[in-house]
Amino acid sequence: MTESFTSKAESNFLRIEAEEICVDYNGNLALYDASLKLKAASICGLVGMNGAGKTTLFKALMGFIRPSRGKIRINGLTVPKAQIEQAVAYVPQNEGLDCSFPVSVWDVVMMGRYGSMNFLRIPRESDRRAVWHALERVELTDYVNRPIGALSGGQRKRAFLARAIAQRASVLLLDEPFAGVDVRTEKLMADLFLQFRQDGRTILISTHDLGHVREFCDLVVLINKTVLAYGQTSEVFTSENLSRTFGGMHPDPISGAASLE
Amino acid sequence: MINLFTSISPLGFLLEPLTHEFMRRALMVSALVGGVCGLLSCYMTLKGWALMGDAVSHAVMPGVVIAYALGLPFSLGAFVFGVGSVALIGFVKQKSRVKEDTVIGLVFTGFFALGLVLVSKIKSNIDLMHILFGSPLGISNLDLQQTLIISFIVIAILLIFRRDLMLYCFDPTHARSIGINTGILHYLLLSVLSLAAVAGLQTVGIILVVAMLITPGATAYLLTDRFDRMNYLAVLSSSISSILGVYISYWFDIETGGSIVLVQTLIFLLAFLFAPRYGILKFTNSSSP
Repeated sequence: MTESFTSKAESNFLRIEAEEICVDYNGNLALYDASLKLKAASICGLVGMNGAGKTTLFKALMGFIRPSRGKIRINGLTVPKAQIEQAVAYVPQNEGLDCSFPVSVWDVVMMGRYGSMNFLRIPRESDRRAVWHALERVELTDYVNRPIGALSGGQRKRAFLARAIAQRASVLLLDEPFAGVDVRTEKLMADLFLQFRQDGRTILISTHDLGHVREFCDLVVLINKTVLAYGQTSEVFTSENLSRTFGGMHPDPISGAASLE
Repeated sequence: MINLFTSISPLGFLLEPLTHEFMRRALMVSALVGGVCGLLSCYMTLKGWALMGDAVSHAVMPGVVIAYALGLPFSLGAFVFGVGSVALIGFVKQKSRVKEDTVIGLVFTGFFALGLVLVSKIKSNIDLMHILFGSPLGISNLDLQQTLIISFIVIAILLIFRRDLMLYCFDPTHARSIGINTGILHYLLLSVLSLAAVAGLQTVGIILVVAMLITPGATAYLLTDRFDRMNYLAVLSSSISSILGVYISYWFDIETGGSIVLVQTLIFLLAFLFAPRYGILKFTNSSSP
């Protein structure tokens, strides 16, 4: 199975394009004039405080909310079309799901294929192959029949990454992927991200932890109700940008702990 | 029935009731409705909709009464009021600062009270006891037909959309992100809930219908880690409970709805105590993951 999206990756192809988008919830502005361009094959950190609009941006990219202004293109397509193409995968935080739900690892990864199946969601041979292949890539083939609740936090995280691989999504939205993950899993996930980048995928990682951004991301987006800055980590992480992002509560770039300026 | 156990062989215990037309019908309807509610109960328990099930099953009451009074199929009235109550719950929750469980309790008791008042005013053909406590032993031809049709619709919907509904219960965010319309699934599940409540009302009555909608699912949940197996087990335990309940009700001359639900509760209790992995008295090696 061909897994790579490199033909598009080589040509400076834009995976995510947001132009001056505004989102408001019943008059409360959650995001204004947010613009962002992300190329194929990049790993990008999305950094901001709670309530800065990280979740809102994710929701807009997934098509859950329509911006009141501005436009979004994913792989050059409108968001609904990108949804149909199975272009965007969301990898949830562990706490966001009911992990006592009676499904196996295999079932969870198979859910990545649902969008490509007929409406009865009966898996074909190619779906099974895609699921197995995805499980191989995250090294979970020994766990296929385990209930999802019997996995450790890190293994569960990998299962959801496998679901995104099975979906063959070219844009991955990760919500706090490093929260509650041990060093070994962190390393494994970082390796996976590098492979994803090689495939030509674009990964957007929402996080509080600036240390992780420095370590794992090529690019960074700083947001606080709007996109303050984005680009190479070394250029964007200026003390001025950071203090605008964290509203004066400048976090220590290594530990991520907030300290007053 | 004094010498019950001496005068009748075990086989007779099973077969004698079948000589009566009303018992054959009662057993068939109860088993079918049990299976239908059992299947739905998997989704109710996994989605955490026990209170919602209670609410919808009570809220259908005025619909049933009005439909009877107007000579319409009672399922239609029940469906309208079931879905209406849910819409009202959503509306009040959105527009006020009152918490959701309070709104649910408030709306369904209001609807239920309206049903009681209507029954007392529109006396004609409606037997309050039948609606409240069910009467599978005395089910009419018309009710039987409607129950069969409802059961068929519910089973068809739950089978066609089982993967989507499972995904919706487990991870609605992923469902939406791959282009599945979760809003439609939400209302589909609520509609099915209203229909199943009407079917369940035939056998155990409005007051106990919520048991049919959660107990089999809860029992099955203790017995397996697989969704498909949970479906089979819930349907099986629910149908068996219904059949046993009707038999017990026949032989010991006790209220049918109560007897069905009591058997369900006993089966849950057995699972709670003895389920291989999740029972409180585990007999298997608990060190296996």
